[in-house]
Amino acid sequence: MSAPRPYTLIAELTYRCPLRCPYCSNPTDLAAHDGELGTDEWTCVLGEAEALGVVQVHFTGGEPLARKDLEALVTRARELELYSNLVTSGVPLTKQRLAGLVERGLDHVQVSVQSARPDRADAIAGYAAHPQKIQVMRWVTELGLPLTMNVVLHRANLDEIDELVALAEDVGASRLELANTQYVAWALSNRDALLPTRAQLEAAGERAAKHKARLQGRMDVLFVKPDYFGTTPKACMDGWARRFIHMVPDGRVLPCHAATSITPLRFDSVKDRALADIWTSSEALLAYRGEAWMPEPCKSCERRTIDFGGCRCQAFALTGDASATDPACQLAPQHALVEAARSREPGERRYLYRGR
Amino acid sequence: MARELSFIPKLAKKARLRFDRHSGSHMIVYPERGLALNGSAAEIARRCDGTRTLGAIVDELAREAGAGADERAIVETDVVAFVELLAQRGLLEP
Ligand code: SF4
Ligand code: SF4
Repeated sequence: MSAPRPYTLIAELTYRCPLRCPYCSNPTDLAAHDGELGTDEWTCVLGEAEALGVVQVHFTGGEPLARKDLEALVTRARELELYSNLVTSGVPLTKQRLAGLVERGLDHVQVSVQSARPDRADAIAGYAAHPQKIQVMRWVTELGLPLTMNVVLHRANLDEIDELVALAEDVGASRLELANTQYVAWALSNRDALLPTRAQLEAAGERAAKHKARLQGRMDVLFVKPDYFGTTPKACMDGWARRFIHMVPDGRVLPCHAATSITPLRFDSVKDRALADIWTSSEALLAYRGEAWMPEPCKSCERRTIDFGGCRCQAFALTGDASATDPACQLAPQHALVEAARSREPGERRYLYRGR
Repeated sequence: MARELSFIPKLAKKARLRFDRHSGSHMIVYPERGLALNGSAAEIARRCDGTRTLGAIVDELAREAGAGADERAIVETDVVAFVELLAQRGLLEP
């Protein structure tokens, strides 16, 4: 089978981040990471990615602003005609630096907000960052760049849909993503504190739908349900190693941000092999690409080309077997695991913070 | 809802129309996705620049294709449908 064409490169430039969000997907063994790729290496990766077919790059982290060479990488992306998106917490950023990035060809900015209420937002992120984020979002729109405001939803902020929409309108976002937490990696250890009740979720979904209709044509409102409450899993990354290349700061090439949580897999690094070579023949990328690995019921299910059997990380986290059908699917032999978590009494509401 | 021919379409800020050397055709790239365009869609998209009405776009394309009156109706249907698709995907300025 020849390798599919990737369209998007997600470039995690650094693990450094001033925030401490309980649902963060960054590896929980933070301290163990160093050896970030240098400017030359990333510059080279951008070219290799473009040659494979990539047309857009998301610069993310950690906090990508922590890298002084972000400007150089945005410049390179523009030379290659890649659409560049900066995914940032907005800390630390000055308007001047943002303007410089725009001048170099940055196309879009995505800012994640923890809550519409300053005190809550800072309690969640463990850092007084909220006013700064709002300022940054205003700068983005003032500089004429399209802005996506992103909110990761969980029990403690699901009742804020109206306020979040109002905030997004106020700062001039062109898109609002309200995405419920995906319970893999770090978020799984906090699941009982984060998982909402069904009633809470339904009320939030209804509010979001109303705003979506009202804002049609002005702001795009997207509400992503947690798959714990659905009947079929989400189409994970449009399929394992199919459309997305996800790179972590040390140069390893993943199919998705959480894939290192599947501990038996060894991911190859651009420090050792060319990106094209990794994309076409890395064992970890081949492991769940396509359909050959699928067990029943996925193998003969007609949804397999739609959801690709669900999330491998979730399958591994919950069952210990990454090739199991995602337990979020109601047809999965181990669906009871998800049902049990969903019906559990609200856990103690305290977050486990990274690095504390 | 059918659009009036006086409507002036403009690609959204977030959307970039570009040539794709890998497929040899144009595409619209935006943060969440990309949209591959065939030749005629690209010709329409290129004209959604906030300076022309739908009617003017239809006129230009019909003229370039040397279309007669009945063929012009087909061009019009195509243009209106494609612009509507762009709007639905949030790829047009409001
Ligand atoms: S496997 Fe897919 S759904 Fe699961 S964490 Fe990775 S990207 Fe997300
Ligand atoms: S059985 Fe597999 S392919 Fe079918 S819906 Fe469930 S996860 Fe998707």
